[in-house]
Amino acid sequence: MLEPIHSPPFTKHPVKWAQINLFSNWFNSLVTLLVLYALVTYVPGILDWIFFSADWSGQTKADCSGEGACWVFIDARMNQFLYGFYPDDEQWRVNLAFILLLALVIPLFIEKVPRKGWLIAFLLIGYPIIATWLFQGNIFGLSQVDTEQWGGLMLTLVIATVGIIASLPIGIILALGRRSEMPIIRWICVTFIEVMRGIPLITILFMASVMLPLFMPEGVSFDKLVRAMIGITLFQSAYMAEVIRGGLQAIPKGQYEAADALGLNYFQKMFLVILPQALKLVIPGIVNTFIALFKDTSLILIIGLFELSGIMKAALNDPEWLGFATEGYLFAALIYWMFCFSMSRYSQHIEQKLNTGHR
Amino acid sequence: MTKSHIKDEIEIELKNVNKWYDDFHVLRDINLQVRKGERIVICGPSGSGKSTMIRCLNRLEAHQEGDITIEGTPLTNDVRNIDAIRKDVGMVFQHFNLFPHLTVLDNCCLAPQWVKKQPRKEAEATAMKFLDRVKIPDQALKYPGQLSGGQQQRVAIARSLCMNPNIMLFDEPTSALDPEMIKEVLDVMVELADEGMTMLCVTHEMGFAKRVADRVIFMDAGEIIEENNPHDFFDNPQSERTQLFLSQILHN
Ligand SMILES: Nc1ncnc2c1ncn2[C@@H]1O[C@H](COP(=O)(O)OP(=O)(O)OP(=O)(O)O)[C@@H](O)[C@H]1O
Ligand SMILES: [Mg+2]
Repeated sequence: MLEPIHSPPFTKHPVKWAQINLFSNWFNSLVTLLVLYALVTYVPGILDWIFFSADWSGQTKADCSGEGACWVFIDARMNQFLYGFYPDDEQWRVNLAFILLLALVIPLFIEKVPRKGWLIAFLLIGYPIIATWLFQGNIFGLSQVDTEQWGGLMLTLVIATVGIIASLPIGIILALGRRSEMPIIRWICVTFIEVMRGIPLITILFMASVMLPLFMPEGVSFDKLVRAMIGITLFQSAYMAEVIRGGLQAIPKGQYEAADALGLNYFQKMFLVILPQALKLVIPGIVNTFIALFKDTSLILIIGLFELSGIMKAALNDPEWLGFATEGYLFAALIYWMFCFSMSRYSQHIEQKLNTGHR
Repeated sequence: MTKSHIKDEIEIELKNVNKWYDDFHVLRDINLQVRKGERIVICGPSGSGKSTMIRCLNRLEAHQEGDITIEGTPLTNDVRNIDAIRKDVGMVFQHFNLFPHLTVLDNCCLAPQWVKKQPRKEAEATAMKFLDRVKIPDQALKYPGQLSGGQQQRVAIARSLCMNPNIMLFDEPTSALDPEMIKEVLDVMVELADEGMTMLCVTHEMGFAKRVADRVIFMDAGEIIEENNPHDFFDNPQSERTQLFLSQILHN
């Protein structure tokens, strides 16, 4: 057996490491010093504002000294940021729905849990019905909470979850359709994708909220929230379709031929052989689309739905709390970032796990 | 020329088959009959249409004129016929075309489970039997990317055999392999031939042709120029083009 040779130890020594990476030549040294200077000048002030001089407890504006951030504002409004105008007494329903979701999703990520297929089927069919009931109520003893009252982070998560879960399969169907050998199917998919990609999401949301009702027969009305969900989902599905098509094109012709030669039919070939490989290749692009979708939920503000950033904007206009825009937007940004960054990290984890050492 | 392993039934019949890629006439009036158990080696210069011809036999390519009949089933646009034929015809490719996201065992079980609706246990047992036959049962749980080229090609052969085909098509199965791996693949093919499988094999491995072929077919420019038993084909080629081709490959 050969002894493994250790990597040269000096790369781990901090002084040597700095010499090699930060001060290797005069230009590198200059950049390092400039960055250090900027850090030393600004970071203490920022930290001081955010943490040390900040006011953390109290009820009103008067409790803030004004020397640092006024987190009292966030604290006082937290309930609205999380639930919008959802009645206080009914918020347990929202909590229950999300806890139930976590309880169902977490086992999916534990390797040993058997029968994941059933769990997924329940998540996709049973859970949405239960969640809708919990959120909206009106039957089986729960009082009705109109979607107008939903808001804040809860609304953001509802739209993003529906959008993410629906846009992937729709994107797959559109991508397959665009590569179909049947011209009619191909044309429909190409038209849909190109129209959706060619229009700004804001316009689509406007159309969904203003124009759609005009075309509906008298008396039929779609909930505004449902229309927004459909708009966002279809919009991102078009992008998803193009991401997935990129993956499909990267799969060598031999894979299709081997599947054909073995007698697999079109759907078996696509779902067992081609898509598992294609989707794996484009995980970064898929997650990119998910993240875009998550952040796009903030646009529903323009059709009068108050998700996290919408409700934040409304709160900042409250005369009792004028002047805390920085705190408000920083807080909203932090929440968005936490969710998006988690998605990004999780996708990296999946990529590593799926790496079976080929290609 | 009556050998005991060749039965009377005709398994494959091509009648006046023609095919074009746009204006390019790639197969010209191909006529061929293959009996059950017969082993045929197809050779010819690059671009002569060898791959195209055997790929027409399981409809990876569609021919435009003439009739192809496999085990009595005519190969037409009828999807049911194509499905039926593909179940009975196995194919091995130059570049293996294993499914890289599946383990060796799953590669072998996929088609039996989904096309033949075999239960997993049964499919696994069959797969292990054939992996054993190609001498790599110990690699069953690895991914194709972790195997050598020769091992991958043997898996590809096992994967085809798992569907219990009556006919096997090989398209230059050893030409993407390093020399030291060619033999391990040819050995498997020789064994298969000895078991009485009907085989059509595009290859320039002349040793293999002499050892197992009942007939060698020489193609050039989309035509079958010459066919003969290997002995006469190599020692006494009739056409000039065959002679030229043989002299070229023997030089290399
Ligand atoms: N999809 C295609 N479209 C157009 N022309 C093609 C296509 N496939 C093959 N050809 C052409 O048809 C001819 C025959 O190709 P084929 O692959 O059958 O040759 P081959 O005898 O197998 O050659 P090789 O020994 O190089 O594999 C070649 O001239 C090739 O360029
Ligand atoms: Mg070829």
